[in-house]
Amino acid sequence: MNEMLKIPLTDINAAPPFKTRARQALGDDQLRRNFRTAMDSLMTKRLASMSDADERERLRELGNRTRARALSKLPELLERLEANLKRNGVQVHWAETTAEANAIVQQIAERHAAKLLIKGKSMVSEEMDMNHVLGAQGIDCLESDMGEYIIQLAGEKPSHIIMPAIHLNRQQVGTLFHEHLAEPYTTDVDELIQTGRRVLRQKFFEADIGISGVNFAVAETGTLLLVENEGNGRMSTTVPPVHIAVTGIEKVVENLRDVVPLLSLLTRSALGQPITTYVNMISGPRKAEELDGPREVHLVLLDNGRSQAFADSELRQTLNCIRCGACMNHCPVYTRIGGHAYGEVYPGPIGAIITPHLVGLEQAPDHPSASSLCGACGEVCPVKIPIPALLRRLREENVKAPNAEPHLLRGQGSKFSARERWTWHAWQNLYTSPLLYRGFSYLATRFGRFTPGQLGPWTEHHSAPRPAARSLHELARDHLEKRP
Amino acid sequence: MSARDNILAKLRGSLQGTQPLADTFDEALVTEPWRYPPAERVARLRTLMETVHTETHLTTAADWPALVERVLAERGLDQLLIAPGTPHGACLVERWQGDGSPRWKAYDRPVEEWKAELFNDTPASLTGTLGALASTGSLVLWPDRQEPRLMSLVPPLHIALLRASTVVDNFYELQQQHRWQDGMPTNALLISGPSKTADIEQVLAYGAHGPKDLVVLIVEDE
Amino acid sequence: MNDLFHNAAPNATRTAPPLAPPRTYPPQKPTQVYLFGTCVVDLFYPEAGMDSIRLLEREGIRVHFPQAQSCCGQPAYTSGYTEEARAVARTQLALFAEPWPVVVPSGSCAGMLRHHYAELFADEPDTLRQVRDLAERTYELAEFLLHVCQVDYQDRGAPTKVALHTSCSARREMQTHLHGRALLGQLQAVERVDHDHESECCGFGGTFSVRMPDISGAMVADKTRALQDSGAAQVLTADCGCLMNINGALEKQRAALRGEHLASFLWRRIGGAV
Repeated sequence: MNEMLKIPLTDINAAPPFKTRARQALGDDQLRRNFRTAMDSLMTKRLASMSDADERERLRELGNRTRARALSKLPELLERLEANLKRNGVQVHWAETTAEANAIVQQIAERHAAKLLIKGKSMVSEEMDMNHVLGAQGIDCLESDMGEYIIQLAGEKPSHIIMPAIHLNRQQVGTLFHEHLAEPYTTDVDELIQTGRRVLRQKFFEADIGISGVNFAVAETGTLLLVENEGNGRMSTTVPPVHIAVTGIEKVVENLRDVVPLLSLLTRSALGQPITTYVNMISGPRKAEELDGPREVHLVLLDNGRSQAFADSELRQTLNCIRCGACMNHCPVYTRIGGHAYGEVYPGPIGAIITPHLVGLEQAPDHPSASSLCGACGEVCPVKIPIPALLRRLREENVKAPNAEPHLLRGQGSKFSARERWTWHAWQNLYTSPLLYRGFSYLATRFGRFTPGQLGPWTEHHSAPRPAARSLHELARDHLEKRP
Repeated sequence: MSARDNILAKLRGSLQGTQPLADTFDEALVTEPWRYPPAERVARLRTLMETVHTETHLTTAADWPALVERVLAERGLDQLLIAPGTPHGACLVERWQGDGSPRWKAYDRPVEEWKAELFNDTPASLTGTLGALASTGSLVLWPDRQEPRLMSLVPPLHIALLRASTVVDNFYELQQQHRWQDGMPTNALLISGPSKTADIEQVLAYGAHGPKDLVVLIVEDE
Repeated sequence: MNDLFHNAAPNATRTAPPLAPPRTYPPQKPTQVYLFGTCVVDLFYPEAGMDSIRLLEREGIRVHFPQAQSCCGQPAYTSGYTEEARAVARTQLALFAEPWPVVVPSGSCAGMLRHHYAELFADEPDTLRQVRDLAERTYELAEFLLHVCQVDYQDRGAPTKVALHTSCSARREMQTHLHGRALLGQLQAVERVDHDHESECCGFGGTFSVRMPDISGAMVADKTRALQDSGAAQVLTADCGCLMNINGALEKQRAALRGEHLASFLWRRIGGAV
């Protein structure tokens, strides 16, 4: 940012895209119902699987330390991971941007004249917008996770990082299958799933390349660990002759044993399960004597702004995340507006703290404010990311002058408002001067009856607050002066 | 400078002057809450597996082949994918010589040579297991040349043979027992039930992409 | 803040603070305390502040109210105006110099003093000493009455049903919901009823309610609905931010139900005459 920046004046009451989307979502009864029911269920399940408070809290602390340890030696672990993966026969690629990552995947696809890529679940591939970018190059990317497949048919993005189609009801899914797959219309969930199974089974069979994410990349052994309930991940990473895994640079853990507490935290926090149906640990392509498995395995390590978060020791904690979704399950804001309202790859609390690093604060200026700082997310995060503190920090970065030093984040000052800064400075003057405050409170209490009935956004949902006739300062002074 | 160089340089720059954190791995925390009296291990495994719709049976070295036949017959199936090179595979080969026996076939060539048959005409498979975890109700598989990866994934019915003596308490114990940190196979798996999904309205449905049916035969060998 | 790091480098990777042992309380009731009234109580709910003073004096405690106090600084802090928050916080620090407990009739403000002042002054070791000392002796009102004064209230009121809403920071930082419940449990003719999604935020969040009025409005609509459906005749809360939010919404809805500060309710129930 070298040019002289015009300091934008932002009206606190303006309605930028996020607020418009939020308002729309708030008025959508089906969305509200679906999310409320689903989030209540997920919160209950989590608690049921973590009912021993002592074990839970100690495990969260261990999870935090394990992730922090990995981050504290991240470059070394990435090198060790790469060396061991290579030794195991996996090809490792690095990408600073999503464009680079897509180019790497495209190159591999072109080398194999691949026309169909089948995808297990990968949020990083959503960051890359892989389906669109490669689709434009004539390479089809088909989702195979049931939820992802459904929303791909609908032309939508996921609304939750674990349950992508949570905003849809069975009638909508039935209609989608009926219209896109020429299946007879049904709302029977078992029948719908069997249709998905049948259609996608043929695709696993045909696909040229399988794409997956990575839940944990183990440096010690050069292993990619993937969790899932459906089996599409195993299919995608075993049937096609080529497997490409894409992941963020922060997903590496030091030792194989580190996976033990993190896996337990992940499955219990996400869906209240002791474990997922499949835990798939991949340490290389098909060996000479083996009869199946991909002949080529690739790992793409993506930065895409993670190094920006990493650069600041407080914000670095954002990268502890193991993508369980518990934060959004417990978020009263997310529950009411759903995932699409956030307009970015990751919704909810984790979305609010990671998105500024991935796309810049200027792209998501309202994310840090989309929270009452209730702290429910921080309370359940299995790796103890201090989400409310990070939201507060991002707010601070957001209201700085855009060219203030130190300049740590892209889009710093996206919510800078000279008027608001001035208001808070006036507040400061008032509240640091007992004399000024006394004068102010005298005016507020004596003329409180003149408080207007309409007070901007407050009176949309509340009556206007009226100051009392006398302040506590006055009442307390009178009362305490009367004491012996 | 390559992307690799740039990324590593940024990360190193951010950590300048710092020390890596000490390893505070807590063995007690990941094992003590997940320890069971030996007599309860198998029972707990069965309970957890059955909760997610796995069919489990306690059996003996002498009885398990007949049990396999019964499992197949109950489902109207008459063929099974097995590994004749394994002791359990060889046992079935020998047993199923005569008329009326289920037909068996082997996964004995690269998948490319018979993929259509594997996908479309292989209703059931039988594999061994490395062991199981009582804590989470999970089978442990290390696919190999004899029993390749897709054997426990593609056929809609997967029958798994588990020796009771190989059931351990928890994942950490398993890793230590087999010294996984010294070297991992191409693929290691924990399988904890038939395939499932709750992606539509959170309604649980079985048989998404992996086997719809998982049957575990626990051979008491202690 | 430096003791959160395993080494002194400011850019060292942070770990979460270790699990804190439960708070220990002084074995004896003190004879003197400060009251930190809070800015919302000062202008909008001064009677709640007075009832807090009365409840403390009833225990034989002499209450001091430094007239120069104003605000804990939280509104600016949560909005990202850290410099301004720090300036206001600094002036409060100077006012509570005696080694007396500081009692706060608001969980969120108590939490600010107890947990967040250390963050504000992380880079000032001298001030940090003062902050730690203050944090050690900061108590939310219900907590103080229950655990330090060890009150044993006798209920003089008619049977009634109440619902208790606890602010998020009070709940998560100060366990105020437990203290409030215990105090209400002492009142024989009071039945406390649960309300749906009781631990969920009411939507106030300070400036959140004016920055994101639609979302906040939806949250308070659900909260007031739940409170009304609970069958309670009255809502109680130990936090005036929430009180302003909930009562403001109930009034706008022209609902019959209203909220009151826990201190005022307690004072009235135990027969306090003014």
